[in-house]
Amino acid sequence: MADLSGLYQEVILDHSKRPRNFRVIDDATARAEGYNPLCGDRLTLYLRLEGDRISDIAFKGSGCAISTASASILTETLKGKTRAEAEKLFQTFHDLLTGHGSAGTNLGKLAVFSGVSEFPARVKCATLSWHTLKSALTGDAAPVTTESQDPEDQAAR
Amino acid sequence: MATAVTQEVLGRVEPPVRDAQAFDVERVRRDFPILQQQVHGKPLVYLDNAATSQKPLAVIDAERDFYLRDCANIHRGVHELSERATHQYEEVRRKVQRLLNAREAHEIVFLRGTTEALNLVANTFGRKVLKPGDEVVITAMEHHSNIVPWQILRDENGIVLKVAPINDAGELIWEEYEKLLGPRTRLVAVAHVSNVLGTINPLKRIAQAAHVWNIPVLVDGAQAAPHLPVDVQDLDCDFYTFSSHKIFGPTGVGALYGRTRWLEALPPYQGGGDMIRSVSFEKTIYNALPYKFEAGTPNIGATIGLGAAIDYVTALGYESMGRYEHDLLAYGTKRLTEIPGLRIIGMAHEKASVISFVMEGIHPHDIGTILDHEGVAIRTGHHCAEPLMHRFGVPATARASLAFYNTRDEIERLVAAVKKAKELLG
Repeated sequence: MADLSGLYQEVILDHSKRPRNFRVIDDATARAEGYNPLCGDRLTLYLRLEGDRISDIAFKGSGCAISTASASILTETLKGKTRAEAEKLFQTFHDLLTGHGSAGTNLGKLAVFSGVSEFPARVKCATLSWHTLKSALTGDAAPVTTESQDPEDQAAR
Repeated sequence: MATAVTQEVLGRVEPPVRDAQAFDVERVRRDFPILQQQVHGKPLVYLDNAATSQKPLAVIDAERDFYLRDCANIHRGVHELSERATHQYEEVRRKVQRLLNAREAHEIVFLRGTTEALNLVANTFGRKVLKPGDEVVITAMEHHSNIVPWQILRDENGIVLKVAPINDAGELIWEEYEKLLGPRTRLVAVAHVSNVLGTINPLKRIAQAAHVWNIPVLVDGAQAAPHLPVDVQDLDCDFYTFSSHKIFGPTGVGALYGRTRWLEALPPYQGGGDMIRSVSFEKTIYNALPYKFEAGTPNIGATIGLGAAIDYVTALGYESMGRYEHDLLAYGTKRLTEIPGLRIIGMAHEKASVISFVMEGIHPHDIGTILDHEGVAIRTGHHCAEPLMHRFGVPATARASLAFYNTRDEIERLVAAVKKAKELLG
């Protein structure tokens, strides 16, 4: 049986109550909006790219504990990373959530979300900020919604 | 403001305990085998009845019996099975007629559910009656299915959609509502009971005001039919619709009541078999009411299940069911209100069976997950009523929705689970 404390780990609770990098970047070079219409989660992700490297990253918005913590930890993890590193992390993170990967492989703090895979209805909460990141990196202007994104997430519902 | 309303409501609906005890909930619960199970190791507390209600054995048996003994297509065969199926299917039409107190059985159209019924009216009324600039009045508390079909018409045909505002308790502001009705209004569409707020709208008053201008009234009764007796003649509405699956019947079928002269005036919705009298490539003559609106093979098995559901609720009786639910609603409202930081969205004077709430610092989605782990099933999200979420300034709510098989013990389980969520995340 899926365990609640596996979902709401201390680190996640901490980040949901005190999200890091929770601010607007005025001179952002890229931004994107994410929306999960099922739960009403909404966030805007701001990035400043210097060349290929993410020199600053932050977010604003409102959401559940999982999506807020995920966005917060995303910003912490990706500051200073290159575009390619970010994309690779997303893939690994996504595999972890959909049960295709294993915790601990180069994920660092992101591994606290391993418990989410036991809660299929919550996978979208954890991936919202990452889908939004992808959209910001590719410069896609349309807001990301979890309802049109990823068939794998859909299947996990 | 919110506190004052709470006190007022609680003062008004303080439970009539003696009457409530007359309802034998334990006996009723035995009719619903699904309720006797454990979820995450705890006895299931099913409080998502506004999304779909559970089915009594009588309904499951009726549908099963149809497939075991009588399965055939209707209105077509000369053979015995087809006649049996047709007879049973048409018998359900008369049951719906009696349930809604319609004048005629042909005023009852079977469709897939409330959504399809609302789309049928929007589509056919839109084609036949509405011209650019004509106005349709809805309310701020409508479900998406009573918003989007009108927006489609607005965007394609240039009609004007007017939205009646509501107050902080979740009630229509009558003075504002009246002002929206006028010579350009062609139709008013309104929920009988709000799926988020539980508000019971003043349908008779609406119909009276609308009919002064000869405006027909379309009622979304999806959340009302499972809880309130409906009399379309007394309400004096022109269209009324509900879904089987919310009134303890199977999914996939619902009914639309339409006043005869309206159903006669409107064009068909879909073309196909059963809705025609004769077809040639030059000309097709449509079938009589209600078959004009029933193209193709319907969900016969589910319709027969709906018949059993109507028998079931009729035997229980809306009066005793309603009294019991009202007691439970008042009790649940009281117990939840006692939790610090919890705010109930929707405190209308006239209210049925729905308790939507938000909690300070905890997102509804997290509440839903934690409650589920306590065996308590509720719905979280915008409940297909996003504009209403904006009206109350919340991204989503948690919603406990009651049925007559719920108990005070289950309310206590809900309260304990909410407290646990608070402990964990607050």
